[in-house]
Amino acid sequence: MRDIKIQVNDLSLYYGEKKALKEISMQIPANKVTALIGPSGCGKSTFLRCINRMNDLIPSVKITGEMLVEGIDIYDKNVDVVNIRKKIGMVFQKSNPFPKSIYENVAYGPRINGLKDKTQLDEIVETSLRQAAIWDEFKDRLDDSALGLSGGQQQRLCIARTLAVSPDIILMDEPASALDPISTSKIEELVHQLKENYTIIIVTHNMQQAARTSDHTAFFYMGELIEMGKTNTIFTKPEKKQTEDYITGRFG
Amino acid sequence: MENTMDIVENPFSKANNNKGKEIKEKAVVGITQIAVLLIIAILFVILGIIIYQGRAKFSWEFISSFPTEGMTKGGIFPALIGTFILVIVMSIAAVPFGTITAIYLTEYAHEKSKFAAAVRFSIRTLAVVPSIIFGLFGLGFFIQFVGSGMDTAFNGGELHWGQPNILWASLTMALLTLPVIIVSVEEALKTIPRELREASLALGATKWQTIKQVVFPGSISGIMTGTILAVSRGAGEVAPILFTGAAYYLATLPGSLSDQFMNLGYHVYIMSTQSSDVEKTMPIQFATTLVLLILTLSLNLVAVIIRSRIRRKAK
Repeated sequence: MRDIKIQVNDLSLYYGEKKALKEISMQIPANKVTALIGPSGCGKSTFLRCINRMNDLIPSVKITGEMLVEGIDIYDKNVDVVNIRKKIGMVFQKSNPFPKSIYENVAYGPRINGLKDKTQLDEIVETSLRQAAIWDEFKDRLDDSALGLSGGQQQRLCIARTLAVSPDIILMDEPASALDPISTSKIEELVHQLKENYTIIIVTHNMQQAARTSDHTAFFYMGELIEMGKTNTIFTKPEKKQTEDYITGRFG
Repeated sequence: MENTMDIVENPFSKANNNKGKEIKEKAVVGITQIAVLLIIAILFVILGIIIYQGRAKFSWEFISSFPTEGMTKGGIFPALIGTFILVIVMSIAAVPFGTITAIYLTEYAHEKSKFAAAVRFSIRTLAVVPSIIFGLFGLGFFIQFVGSGMDTAFNGGELHWGQPNILWASLTMALLTLPVIIVSVEEALKTIPRELREASLALGATKWQTIKQVVFPGSISGIMTGTILAVSRGAGEVAPILFTGAAYYLATLPGSLSDQFMNLGYHVYIMSTQSSDVEKTMPIQFATTLVLLILTLSLNLVAVIIRSRIRRKAK
């Protein structure tokens, strides 16, 4: 079972009285890209935000069940949420660089972890930017404000920023939904390269994107996990009628 | 044929309108315009009189010299310095306190927390308490309770802290201006988008690290606005310092926090009510008012400029 990174058992999530996720159970393989698809409001983003406990920030949320990352339940009382988030990075739908320089954005994570050594920081910034395939673009303008970059550049900077804290798992919440086709293809290419070293879970609205980038696909509908399997199988021979209807564009 | 158009009644014709409606509409517009003009006129009259009457006495010498001849001649230097010291000590007390409260309310308090609601209610109530009440509170609490207590404990009962001075006046003024600071800082903290907080938290930052690194740097200008507004309010208020530290006349500048001080607003008050010759001091009163007005107006202007910058940034 070494290749199972995340094991989810009967995970349910409530917003107050409303049950938004219903007994989700699934296995997410290591060093693969897993896509979460489904119509708006199906719970796929909510589920993604359970994996790094981002939903903790919403006061009315209650979660039951287990979320085992490498065998450890991250909702256990003894687990420190800060350590979880260092290990499980997140890229958001809307690129959200800090109003700081490119360098400071990438160095933010290592810095808050207490790294002060300039040489080491320089090294991490360079490696992270290289991994995000934007080193060549940015190396001469590291001190420029990140806010002056284009949407696509900002999003790749945000990916580099996430890589700088060296997580194992990267969660991506519709990372390309606000980008033009060229930027989108760059992000997809990047996802492909990154899966060698990281486990990636990506929420997407875009069916082609899921088909292109992912190894496994999970289909969510009305807070339930309807079906999960190899992307190839899900897109060609889905077992469930609902999955087929969604993929062929009959609803959603 | 060409007459057919004339036969059809024009539905947009003015003649169709109910005459009464039209008159009412005009009356309402007229009344609102008069009200607005009246406000502007009042402002101009006040400013006009003060500038006109005060300009003769208003000079560098007036600002930089002590009052002479039983305060019927000379300048307002000690009152100006006293006002500055007052607002500085007040800011040192009120700004950190107010900022910390605002951080608690926006960042840490639970959305539906009853405690936070109670704090917010208290702040709103504090903001509408008449300033003379603060003055009386300062007298009762700071001077008679804290000050006298300190004298009993440290000075063997000898009167030192248990009397009006800069410290108690500044702390009283700090209480008065606290709501202004809290509300301004809260407003500034709220302009930091949720996405940036999430970005920081998702990188493994603690809440405090996020506040320190992301939220706080983004709201510095809001804290400044709050401070300036508080200072400008504090510079103009007289009631809170009436019993807690303002002096009628001092021959020297205050040397420590336990000294009394002169103050611009209080100076105008005593000149117009307690002076041996009110007629003679009239130009001094107007010129002092002019100085006070310039001081508070320019502070407010700076605050407005900074605030509009924050608003623009928030969009």
